[in-house]
Amino acid sequence: MFFNSLGKYLILLKSVFKKPEKWAIYRKEILHEMYSVGVDSLGLIAIISTFIGAVMTMQIAFQLVSDLIPNSIIGQINRDSSILELSPTISALVLAGKVGSSVSSQIGTMRVTEQIDALEIMGINAPGYLILPKILAGITMVPILVVLSIALALTGGLIGGALSGAVTPADYISGITDGFRGYTITVAMVKAFVFGFVITSVSAYQGFYVKGGSLEVGQASTKGVVVSCISILASDYAITAAML
Amino acid sequence: MIEVQDIYKSFGDNEVLKGISAKFEPGRISLIIGGSGSGKSTLLKCMVGLHAPTKGRVLYQGQDFTRMNFDERIPIRKEIGMLFQNSALFDSMTVEENITFPLQMFSDMSKKERIERANSCLERVNLPKSNKLYPAELSGGMKKRVGIARAIAMNPKYLFCDEPNSGLDPKTSIVIDELIQDITEEFNTTTIVVTHDMNSVMGIGQYILFLYQGEKKWEGSNKEIAHTDVKELNDFVFASPFMRIAKKSF
Repeated sequence: MFFNSLGKYLILLKSVFKKPEKWAIYRKEILHEMYSVGVDSLGLIAIISTFIGAVMTMQIAFQLVSDLIPNSIIGQINRDSSILELSPTISALVLAGKVGSSVSSQIGTMRVTEQIDALEIMGINAPGYLILPKILAGITMVPILVVLSIALALTGGLIGGALSGAVTPADYISGITDGFRGYTITVAMVKAFVFGFVITSVSAYQGFYVKGGSLEVGQASTKGVVVSCISILASDYAITAAML
Repeated sequence: MIEVQDIYKSFGDNEVLKGISAKFEPGRISLIIGGSGSGKSTLLKCMVGLHAPTKGRVLYQGQDFTRMNFDERIPIRKEIGMLFQNSALFDSMTVEENITFPLQMFSDMSKKERIERANSCLERVNLPKSNKLYPAELSGGMKKRVGIARAIAMNPKYLFCDEPNSGLDPKTSIVIDELIQDITEEFNTTTIVVTHDMNSVMGIGQYILFLYQGEKKWEGSNKEIAHTDVKELNDFVFASPFMRIAKKSF
């Protein structure tokens, strides 16, 4: 069962990456999808990241009750946790729910209403036309959202720390700037790129092979989110193991 | 001309088509009729390449469509227009965008030329000035007509219609049938219609292929259908009391 699905997924990807019939039409679709994946998700990512940053700061401060440890370490831990794990992974899991379910249901509805058949009869490579713009939007916009998420998580930490009195702004800023390694951003970007690909391609796969009606479209959408989340966590582990 | 030769199609253990052979001539409306589950939509999908037949061939002007890969099929697919049962219009596009989409993808027409072509197609199906409407804003009959307009946008040589009258009132059904007939004569298309609407059978069935449980049981014209002694066909065509009364006048 697993290998059957994996095989179908890989065959679908092969069709997705075939040369487009007309780049001008694809370009328009890519821009539309980038807006949908990126701009439409900005608010959600901003709220989640800011609160996670603030809560993380307070929790780290709560756990590090010792005169031997400088308060600036709170900023340092928050920085590395946000960059390496929280921002890429939490953002990806949230986007799997928001973007993934939308991709599955959109493509699934097109399948059950014969719109995909109509594309194929016209001689259009349906996987390429429908899925490639979504994947390209995913692998470009998710890293941008993750960068934004990191910035807002760190800002949230600053605000949360100051408001709760857990850490002064000066200590916090000193913590997030001391010993910063650019490599952690590289790891975060690799994760974001892979997660962007996983969210869009796995959800599109679930929608593309729907059979039945609206009930099955809903089930495919749920399955798309679940499989995307599991794939995100598995690839998160693999990337962390390989790069750190 | 389209020719199907000894087509078999199975889904798992369920054999849906059992050795269907037929010829569909240009400039003529060919109907594929039969009860629910008789395999008529499956045959249509095998002909347009949405299903791969288990055995047999589909020939377009002598070229074996079934053995072609996706890229080899593109030139033939550009000559195919299809009207789907539920119209299958692209929800995210306006009527005009639906019609100009294949032109945009495959022709070198300028935007102005594409819009002119869309307007002429919409006038042809009696839906002028509906360019900016979305499919959700159209009635069932209007969707069918936009579906036909999209199907003829590329001047197809082959026109396929899957249950064009389903869900329509009798008057609109006749309008759609007349439209299909006019387009077939005007563009000399090879038109294949899957239907179980008896008004269509009697009205536009120049060639009729009757399927019963996946097998070809009968072929002929609408003039011959009333005088056949094939029991399954008689049971199908003259199932309603009205048709039984009408039969006496044939």
